[in-house]
Amino acid sequence: MEELPIRTGNDVVRVRQQVRAVAAESGLSLVDQTKLVTAASELARNALVHGGGGMARVDVVTSGAGKPGVRIGFTDDGPGIADVDQALTDGWTSGGGLGLGLSGARRLVDEFELNSKPGSGTSVVVVKWSR
Amino acid sequence: MERVPILKIGKTLFVSIQIDLQDESVMQLQEDLAEELAGTGAHGVIIDITAVEIVDSFIGRMLATIGSISRLFDAETVLVGMRPAVAITLTELGLSLRGVRTALNAEKGLALLNGSA
Ligand SMILES: Nc1ncnc2c1ncn2[C@@H]1O[C@H](COP(=O)(O)OP(=O)(O)OP(=O)(O)O)[C@@H](O)[C@H]1O
Ligand SMILES: [Mg+2]
Repeated sequence: MEELPIRTGNDVVRVRQQVRAVAAESGLSLVDQTKLVTAASELARNALVHGGGGMARVDVVTSGAGKPGVRIGFTDDGPGIADVDQALTDGWTSGGGLGLGLSGARRLVDEFELNSKPGSGTSVVVVKWSR
Repeated sequence: MERVPILKIGKTLFVSIQIDLQDESVMQLQEDLAEELAGTGAHGVIIDITAVEIVDSFIGRMLATIGSISRLFDAETVLVGMRPAVAITLTELGLSLRGVRTALNAEKGLALLNGSA
Protein backbone atom coordinates (compact mmCIF):
# COMPACT_ATOMS: atom_id res chain seq x y z
CA MET A 1 0.00 0.00 0.00
CA GLU A 2 2.60 2.49 1.06
CA GLU A 3 6.35 2.21 0.35
CA LEU A 4 8.61 4.44 2.39
CA PRO A 5 12.34 4.95 2.00
CA ILE A 6 14.60 4.72 5.07
CA ARG A 7 17.66 6.81 4.33
CA THR A 8 17.83 9.36 7.16
CA GLY A 9 16.83 9.80 10.78
CA ASN A 10 13.91 11.85 9.57
CA ASP A 11 12.72 8.93 7.41
CA VAL A 12 12.55 6.83 10.58
CA VAL A 13 10.20 9.46 12.04
CA ARG A 14 8.10 9.34 8.86
CA VAL A 15 7.79 5.55 9.05
CA ARG A 16 6.59 5.89 12.67
CA GLN A 17 3.99 8.48 11.65
CA GLN A 18 2.71 6.34 8.79
CA VAL A 19 2.46 3.25 11.00
CA ARG A 20 0.64 5.27 13.67
CA ALA A 21 -1.91 6.56 11.13
CA VAL A 22 -2.61 3.13 9.64
CA ALA A 23 -2.75 1.43 13.07
CA ALA A 24 -5.26 4.01 14.35
CA GLU A 25 -7.38 3.60 11.21
CA SER A 26 -7.38 -0.19 11.63
CA GLY A 27 -8.83 0.10 15.12
CA LEU A 28 -5.81 -1.01 17.16
CA SER A 29 -6.00 0.08 20.79
CA LEU A 30 -3.80 2.95 21.92
CA VAL A 31 -1.43 0.56 23.70
CA ASP A 32 -1.23 -1.72 20.65
CA GLN A 33 -0.61 1.28 18.38
CA THR A 34 2.20 2.39 20.68
CA LYS A 35 3.73 -1.10 20.71
CA LEU A 36 3.60 -1.39 16.92
CA VAL A 37 5.03 2.10 16.35
CA THR A 38 7.83 1.38 18.81
CA ALA A 39 8.66 -1.93 17.09
CA ALA A 40 8.63 -0.11 13.72
CA SER A 41 11.00 2.51 15.08
CA GLU A 42 13.48 -0.19 16.16
CA LEU A 43 13.32 -2.05 12.86
CA ALA A 44 13.53 1.10 10.73
CA ARG A 45 16.58 2.25 12.71
CA ASN A 46 18.20 -1.16 12.28
CA ALA A 47 17.64 -0.96 8.51
CA LEU A 48 19.24 2.49 8.54
CA VAL A 49 22.14 1.89 10.93
CA HIS A 50 23.02 -1.76 10.29
CA GLY A 51 21.57 -2.21 6.79
CA GLY A 52 22.81 1.06 5.33
CA GLY A 53 19.28 2.17 4.49
CA GLY A 54 16.24 0.37 3.13
CA MET A 55 12.49 0.46 2.66
CA ALA A 56 9.37 0.02 4.76
CA ARG A 57 6.00 -1.11 3.48
CA VAL A 58 2.84 -0.70 5.55
CA ASP A 59 -0.29 -2.73 4.71
CA VAL A 60 -3.68 -3.30 6.24
CA VAL A 61 -4.39 -7.04 6.42
CA THR A 62 -7.28 -9.26 7.51
CA SER A 63 -6.90 -12.42 9.57
CA GLY A 64 -8.56 -15.74 8.77
CA ALA A 65 -11.10 -14.87 11.46
CA GLY A 66 -11.81 -11.54 9.79
CA LYS A 67 -9.93 -9.31 12.22
CA PRO A 68 -8.08 -6.31 10.83
CA GLY A 69 -4.38 -5.88 11.44
CA VAL A 70 -1.35 -3.97 10.27
CA ARG A 71 1.60 -5.61 8.56
CA ILE A 72 4.93 -3.84 8.10
CA GLY A 73 7.76 -5.16 6.00
CA PHE A 74 11.30 -3.81 6.27
CA THR A 75 13.95 -4.61 3.71
CA ASP A 76 17.54 -3.57 3.22
CA ASP A 77 20.45 -4.64 1.04
CA GLY A 78 22.98 -4.39 3.84
CA PRO A 79 25.49 -6.99 5.08
CA GLY A 80 22.79 -9.27 6.51
CA ILE A 81 22.92 -11.13 9.82
CA ALA A 82 25.22 -14.14 10.16
CA ASP A 83 23.70 -15.55 13.35
CA VAL A 84 20.01 -14.70 13.58
CA ASP A 85 19.48 -16.44 16.95
CA GLN A 86 22.30 -14.45 18.45
CA ALA A 87 20.94 -11.20 16.98
CA LEU A 88 17.55 -11.96 18.55
CA THR A 89 19.05 -12.44 22.01
CA ASP A 90 18.23 -9.71 24.54
CA GLY A 91 21.29 -7.56 25.06
CA TRP A 92 23.32 -8.79 22.10
CA THR A 93 24.68 -5.97 19.95
CA SER A 94 27.45 -5.88 17.38
CA GLY A 95 28.36 -2.52 18.83
CA GLY A 96 27.07 0.55 20.56
CA GLY A 97 23.43 -0.31 21.14
CA LEU A 98 21.56 -1.99 23.95
CA GLY A 99 20.79 -5.03 21.82
CA LEU A 100 17.11 -4.67 22.60
CA GLY A 101 15.82 -3.56 19.20
CA LEU A 102 15.23 -6.90 17.48
CA SER A 103 14.31 -8.96 20.55
CA GLY A 104 12.14 -6.16 21.95
CA ALA A 105 10.37 -5.58 18.63
CA ARG A 106 9.56 -9.29 18.47
CA ARG A 107 7.90 -9.11 21.90
CA LEU A 108 5.84 -6.06 20.92
CA VAL A 109 4.11 -7.61 17.89
CA ASP A 110 1.91 -10.66 17.24
CA GLU A 111 3.83 -12.06 14.29
CA PHE A 112 7.51 -11.66 13.53
CA GLU A 113 9.49 -13.11 10.66
CA LEU A 114 13.14 -12.39 10.03
CA ASN A 115 15.00 -13.46 6.90
CA SER A 116 18.63 -12.67 6.50
CA LYS A 117 21.78 -14.14 5.07
CA PRO A 118 25.26 -12.64 5.08
CA GLY A 119 25.69 -10.70 1.86
CA SER A 120 22.05 -10.69 0.80
CA GLY A 121 20.40 -8.14 3.07
CA THR A 122 17.76 -8.42 5.72
CA SER A 123 13.98 -8.55 5.67
CA VAL A 124 11.72 -8.37 8.70
CA VAL A 125 7.93 -8.65 8.52
CA VAL A 126 5.76 -7.95 11.56
CA VAL A 127 1.99 -8.03 12.12
CA LYS A 128 -0.14 -6.65 14.92
CA TRP A 129 -3.82 -7.68 15.04
CA SER A 130 -6.60 -5.63 16.50
CA ARG A 131 -8.25 -7.39 19.44
CA MET B 1 16.75 18.53 12.21
CA GLU B 2 14.48 20.10 14.81
CA ARG B 3 16.00 21.24 18.10
CA VAL B 4 14.44 20.83 21.52
CA PRO B 5 14.56 24.12 23.48
CA ILE B 6 15.92 24.30 27.03
CA LEU B 7 14.43 26.77 29.52
CA LYS B 8 16.18 27.89 32.69
CA ILE B 9 14.07 28.93 35.64
CA GLY B 10 16.02 29.57 38.84
CA LYS B 11 18.33 26.59 39.42
CA THR B 12 16.33 24.26 37.20
CA LEU B 13 16.48 23.48 33.50
CA PHE B 14 13.14 22.63 31.86
CA VAL B 15 12.90 20.58 28.70
CA SER B 16 9.51 19.94 27.18
CA ILE B 17 9.69 17.62 24.19
CA GLN B 18 7.04 18.70 21.70
CA ILE B 19 8.43 17.23 18.48
CA ASP B 20 8.65 13.78 16.91
CA LEU B 21 12.14 12.89 18.08
CA GLN B 22 14.62 11.80 15.50
CA ASP B 23 17.90 10.35 16.72
CA GLU B 24 19.88 13.46 15.75
CA SER B 25 17.57 15.72 17.79
CA VAL B 26 18.01 13.50 20.84
CA MET B 27 21.80 13.60 20.55
CA GLN B 28 21.71 17.37 20.08
CA LEU B 29 19.58 17.72 23.20
CA GLN B 30 22.10 15.68 25.15
CA GLU B 31 24.90 18.01 24.02
CA ASP B 32 22.89 21.19 24.62
CA LEU B 33 21.96 20.04 28.13
CA ALA B 34 25.59 19.25 29.02
CA GLU B 35 26.59 22.75 27.89
CA GLU B 36 23.76 24.37 29.84
CA LEU B 37 24.60 22.38 32.97
CA ALA B 38 28.26 23.34 32.72
CA GLY B 39 27.50 26.96 31.96
CA THR B 40 24.70 27.70 34.40
CA GLY B 41 25.40 25.52 37.43
CA ALA B 42 21.79 24.38 37.43
CA HIS B 43 21.01 21.75 40.07
CA GLY B 44 18.13 20.02 38.37
CA VAL B 45 16.72 19.02 34.99
CA ILE B 46 13.08 18.31 34.33
CA ILE B 47 12.30 16.53 31.09
CA ASP B 48 8.60 16.60 30.26
CA ILE B 49 7.60 13.79 27.89
CA THR B 50 3.83 14.34 28.11
CA ALA B 51 3.68 14.87 24.35
CA VAL B 52 6.02 11.99 23.47
CA GLU B 53 4.10 9.16 21.81
CA ILE B 54 6.84 6.54 21.82
CA VAL B 55 10.11 5.89 23.61
CA ASP B 56 12.17 3.26 21.83
CA SER B 57 15.52 1.79 22.83
CA PHE B 58 17.51 4.68 21.38
CA ILE B 59 15.46 7.46 22.94
CA GLY B 60 15.32 5.52 26.23
CA ARG B 61 19.06 5.05 26.28
CA MET B 62 19.62 8.75 25.62
CA LEU B 63 17.27 9.73 28.45
CA ALA B 64 19.23 7.47 30.79
CA THR B 65 22.49 8.99 29.53
CA ILE B 66 21.21 12.50 30.19
CA GLY B 67 20.53 11.38 33.78
CA SER B 68 24.12 10.16 34.14
CA ILE B 69 25.58 13.27 32.53
CA SER B 70 23.63 15.58 34.81
CA ARG B 71 25.04 13.80 37.86
CA LEU B 72 28.56 14.67 36.68
CA PHE B 73 27.49 18.31 36.96
CA ASP B 74 26.03 17.81 40.43
CA ALA B 75 22.51 17.95 39.03
CA GLU B 76 19.57 15.56 39.22
CA THR B 77 17.32 14.69 36.25
CA VAL B 78 13.64 13.86 36.63
CA LEU B 79 11.53 12.50 33.80
CA VAL B 80 7.90 13.59 34.03
CA GLY B 81 4.63 12.94 32.23
CA MET B 82 5.22 9.50 30.76
CA ARG B 83 2.07 8.23 29.02
CA PRO B 84 0.66 4.92 30.28
CA ALA B 85 0.96 3.31 26.82
CA VAL B 86 4.61 4.39 26.67
CA ALA B 87 5.33 2.92 30.12
CA ILE B 88 3.73 -0.42 29.17
CA THR B 89 5.62 -0.56 25.88
CA LEU B 90 8.97 0.37 27.43
CA THR B 91 8.65 -2.43 29.95
CA GLU B 92 7.78 -5.00 27.31
CA LEU B 93 10.63 -3.78 25.13
CA GLY B 94 12.91 -4.63 28.04
CA LEU B 95 14.09 -1.16 28.95
CA SER B 96 14.06 -0.56 32.68
CA LEU B 97 15.31 3.05 32.77
CA ARG B 98 16.85 2.14 36.11
CA GLY B 99 18.76 5.13 37.40
CA VAL B 100 16.33 7.63 35.94
CA ARG B 101 14.08 9.38 38.45
CA THR B 102 10.48 9.87 37.40
CA ALA B 103 7.50 11.86 38.62
CA LEU B 104 3.90 12.08 37.48
CA ASN B 105 4.05 15.70 36.37
CA ALA B 106 6.31 18.74 36.31
CA GLU B 107 5.03 20.05 39.62
CA LYS B 108 5.82 16.79 41.41
CA GLY B 109 9.15 16.61 39.58
CA LEU B 110 10.06 20.03 40.87
CA ALA B 111 9.07 19.05 44.40
CA LEU B 112 11.31 15.99 44.08
CA LEU B 113 14.23 18.17 43.02
CA ASN B 114 13.65 20.55 45.88
CA GLY B 115 13.62 17.71 48.36
CA SER B 116 10.05 18.27 49.47
CA ALA B 117 8.51 15.19 47.91
N1 LIG C 1 18.97 -4.81 9.25
C1 LIG C 1 20.09 -5.34 9.79
N2 LIG C 1 21.17 -5.60 9.01
C2 LIG C 1 22.31 -6.13 9.54
N3 LIG C 1 22.46 -6.44 10.86
C3 LIG C 1 21.42 -6.20 11.67
C4 LIG C 1 20.18 -5.65 11.20
N4 LIG C 1 19.32 -5.53 12.25
C5 LIG C 1 20.01 -5.99 13.33
N5 LIG C 1 21.25 -6.39 13.00
C6 LIG C 1 22.27 -6.97 13.90
O1 LIG C 1 21.64 -7.49 15.05
C7 LIG C 1 22.16 -6.89 16.23
C8 LIG C 1 21.05 -6.74 17.25
O2 LIG C 1 20.09 -5.77 16.81
P1 LIG C 1 19.28 -4.95 17.89
O3 LIG C 1 18.39 -4.01 17.19
O4 LIG C 1 18.67 -5.93 18.83
O5 LIG C 1 20.43 -4.19 18.69
P2 LIG C 1 21.23 -2.88 18.31
O6 LIG C 1 20.66 -2.27 17.07
O7 LIG C 1 22.68 -3.24 18.27
O8 LIG C 1 20.97 -1.96 19.56
P3 LIG C 1 19.60 -1.21 19.97
O9 LIG C 1 19.19 -1.81 21.28
O10 LIG C 1 19.96 0.22 20.10
O11 LIG C 1 18.60 -1.47 18.89
C9 LIG C 1 22.75 -5.56 15.77
O12 LIG C 1 23.77 -5.12 16.64
C10 LIG C 1 23.26 -5.94 14.38
O13 LIG C 1 24.53 -6.55 14.47
MG1 LIG D 1 18.65 -1.83 16.91
